[in-house]
Amino acid sequence: MRDVITHDKAGERILEQLAASAEDRLREEGIDGDIFLFKNNTDSANNSYGCHENYMTVRNDDLSSYDEVIIPFLVSRQIWAGAGKIFENPRGGAGFSISQRAAHIWEGVSSATTRSRPIINSRDEPHADAERYRRLHVIVGDSNMSEYAGFLKVGACGFILRMLEEPSVVFRDMTLENPTRAIREISNDLTCRRTVRLASGREMSALDIQREFLDRALRFAERRDTTPEEDLVLAMWQHCLDGIENDPLSLHRECDWVAKYRMVESYRERHGLALSDPKVLLLDLQYHDVNRRRSLYYLMQDRGLMERITTDAAIAAAVDQAPSTTRAKLRGDFIRRAKERQRDFTVDWVHLKLNDQAQRTVLCKDPFCYEDERVQKLIDSL
Amino acid sequence: MAEREQRRRSETPHSTEEVEAASSPASTERSERLKGELDDLLDEIDEVLETNAEEFVKSYIQKGGE
Repeated sequence: MRDVITHDKAGERILEQLAASAEDRLREEGIDGDIFLFKNNTDSANNSYGCHENYMTVRNDDLSSYDEVIIPFLVSRQIWAGAGKIFENPRGGAGFSISQRAAHIWEGVSSATTRSRPIINSRDEPHADAERYRRLHVIVGDSNMSEYAGFLKVGACGFILRMLEEPSVVFRDMTLENPTRAIREISNDLTCRRTVRLASGREMSALDIQREFLDRALRFAERRDTTPEEDLVLAMWQHCLDGIENDPLSLHRECDWVAKYRMVESYRERHGLALSDPKVLLLDLQYHDVNRRRSLYYLMQDRGLMERITTDAAIAAAVDQAPSTTRAKLRGDFIRRAKERQRDFTVDWVHLKLNDQAQRTVLCKDPFCYEDERVQKLIDSL
Repeated sequence: MAEREQRRRSETPHSTEEVEAASSPASTERSERLKGELDDLLDEIDEVLETNAEEFVKSYIQKGGE
C-alpha cells in the first residue's frame, strides 16, 4: 500500500520535471514563461476535475453494498481525507469547506463524469479477467498532497472492500437519505459534528459514521492475520477519529484541509485579510503546486510540519522503477528493453505489443502477476 | 531562503501528546513552539507567494478535459 503513495508522489515528480523541460523548450523558441501545475480539484471559474481512485473488487459482489456501505463511507471520510477549499459565496463573502469536490457531486452512482457527477462512476472496465473482477471507480475524492491522508484513504477503503468480500461480515445499513446533500453538509462543517439523516431516519455525524466503520474494521482485524501496513492503517484511522473527536484542528500534521486551514487562518490574522482576499485565495491554490520550490504544502513538509509515509529516496527511485509486485514490473521491463533496442512498441494496461511484422502481443490479465515466462521470452527476443 | 531547521519528523501515527490538558506546562510550551513554527512558516510564505495574486488566481481556469 505504501507503494501507492510512493508512486503517486513519483507521478508528481514526473510532472514537475515535464513542466521544467517544457519551460526550457519554450525558452529555446524565445518564449519566456512559467508553467504552473496544481494537484487540486477546482479552478477559479468553479470547474472541477476529479481525483480518480480505482479498486479491483470481486465480480460476484453485492451491489446493494454501494448504497448501504460504500457511499456512506466515501461521503463521511472527507473529515480526514478532504483537501480543504475556500469557496466564494455568490452573494458575497467566502467560507472554508473540508472538501474540494463535495460541491460538484450530484449523484450516487452513474456513468456520467463531467455533467451530473456521481460519487461512484459505473464504468466497469476491470482491465483484468472481467468474469472474476469488477472495477470500483471512485470519483468523489480530493487529490491529497499529504502522504498520510492519501495512504489512509487507500488503506481504509481497502479494509471496507475486504470486509464486503467476506460473507461472514455483516454491516449495519448506513444508507444516507440524500448522499449529495449529506456530502455538502459534512463538507461545510469544520467541527465535523453536524448530523446528517440516514434513510432509517437516524441522525449521525460523519464522525459517528466513520467510528462505525472503524470499529467494524478493528473487530475484523482481531480475527485475522494482518500485515504491519494494515495495522498502521488502523492505527492512523483511529488516531484521526480520536483527533477529530477532541479537536479537528489538532490534525494539522496529518490532514490537508486542517494544514491548509491553519496556514490560511494564521496568514489572515497576521496580515488582517478577509477570507475572500485574492492573496488568501492564492494560498489555497499554491498549496497544491507540484513545483516543490513554490508549493506551500512542500514548504510545510520541508519544515517537518507534515507527517510522512514514504521517503524522498523511495519517491526518486519510483520515478524510473515500476512497482515490483504487480504486472507493472513486466510492463516496465518490456519498455526498458524495447527502448534500449530501439524497437517500436505499444502497451496499455493489459497488452504488451511489438510493432514489427509479426505483431507479437502478450496479454497480462492478472494484475498481480509480476513473473511471466511469455513476457520473458518476448523480452529475450528483442 | 530562510534556514530550514526544526526538522522533527515523527514517524508514528499516534501523537498522543496532542490531547494534553490545556493548562499543563508542557501544553503551554507546545503551543509556544507551534506558534514559533507558524511564524517562521508565514515569513517563508511571503517569500514564495506569487505576486499579483488577483490576476494569477483569476487566470487559473481549466480548458477541456474531464
